[in-house]
Amino acid sequence: MEFQHSQASHCESGVMSAMLRHHGLPLSEPMTFGLSSALSFAYLPIIKINGLPLVAYRMPPKAIIKGLQKPLGLKMRFETFGNPAAGVTRLNELLDQGKLVGLQTSVFWLPYLPEDLRFHFNAHNVLAFGREASGDYRLSDPVAETVVTCPPADLQRARFAKGALAPKGLLYYPVGTPQTPDWKKVLPAAITKTTRIMLDAPLPIIGVRGIRWLAKAIEKLDTGADAAHSKMFIGQVVRMQEEIGTGGGGFRFIYASFLQEAADLLGRPALGGLAEQLIDIGDEWREFALATARMIRDRDPLHPPKLADKLRAIADREQAFFRDLRRAA
Amino acid sequence: MLDSEVPQEGNSTLGGHRKAMYARGADGKLHIVQSAGWEVEEIVTRQAVDDLLRLTEEARQRVLAGQTSALEYHMYRVRMDVPLLAQASGIWQWRIRRHFRPAIFARLSPALLATYADAMGLSVEQLKKVD
Repeated sequence: MEFQHSQASHCESGVMSAMLRHHGLPLSEPMTFGLSSALSFAYLPIIKINGLPLVAYRMPPKAIIKGLQKPLGLKMRFETFGNPAAGVTRLNELLDQGKLVGLQTSVFWLPYLPEDLRFHFNAHNVLAFGREASGDYRLSDPVAETVVTCPPADLQRARFAKGALAPKGLLYYPVGTPQTPDWKKVLPAAITKTTRIMLDAPLPIIGVRGIRWLAKAIEKLDTGADAAHSKMFIGQVVRMQEEIGTGGGGFRFIYASFLQEAADLLGRPALGGLAEQLIDIGDEWREFALATARMIRDRDPLHPPKLADKLRAIADREQAFFRDLRRAA
Repeated sequence: MLDSEVPQEGNSTLGGHRKAMYARGADGKLHIVQSAGWEVEEIVTRQAVDDLLRLTEEARQRVLAGQTSALEYHMYRVRMDVPLLAQASGIWQWRIRRHFRPAIFARLSPALLATYADAMGLSVEQLKKVD
């Protein structure tokens, strides 16, 4: 199959950008991210990863794939499997038909990824576009620089990993052809939805209020006997913000790029000015990450209230920013 | 972040890979820039990996001292914890903890051992011993 790989910063937006381009609608990665209103913030103390609360800078897995259906008039077909053998057969069948297939996988079982990044995270997206003579799958993993191959046994494990967000062999592909949308309609709607998530969420752990809630939790961290656990807690926040492929600053730079594109498509320079503000906010997130890492390594003394203050400053700026964005949309 | 400010200091946890970042170019527009790594990311990734290595090594010492079974060691080695192993194997958490007792682990049926081995991507032979 003719397929053009291009590296992206995040898996799900990268997969959708490549899939849409393959089907004749070239949308950038930031456009898939912004158009599906994927930007967010959530602090979820009930969901524990290795005993630490989950912090997310985007909407839940599959939000991008599903969120693009309405604005693009696109129908995605999703298939999961109770039986791994059936999932393998179906994938092979679709590849034999020349289809490009999206897969949900566990990072841990993908052998081509760097060893140190292979944790049990079950919502990693890759594209399969063919098979080698040896039977190995040809994959386009958006966060990798080039296309990769993966032995069938490993891919099967990755697709049928158990645990939180278990993929159950999920594969997906579009039916029909995506259409260029009416930008004047879909862009303001997508932006407004994001401002609602960030400002009006009914739970205090989502959006701008979630950032403040996290600040409160960090402020209370112990610096005495339990300092090691406190360091794991703040380290986890930074991992979710930077390590998992967010394009930097917890997706704030990707979203700013989307706003720049939207400004051009709609002929509204105000959105370009807002993008500038969001780039500054992204830089502040990066400074928070730097300050946190310095405390983890004891280059600075561990002082959680200082990190909490940084988060509150970011929350204030994001609140002002999303209010301005709401007016501009 | 300007594209000239994208960290290129290297990050050993990336294993030589470069990742895509968004940064501002001379024209003011954001675009993708490849990054060889940021020390901040290296610190937090290393922290998480080292914690798992510490748990693995501690379990290994306890296996050698006869205080736990090889099951606990392998669980940490494949970066799992008891709740995750329970989900992956379909075996109750309390049962897994019970199987951490060396005497009980030594008597496990081949079928149960195979279930554990499969959940962790090991052979039964590997599961029974520590390195």
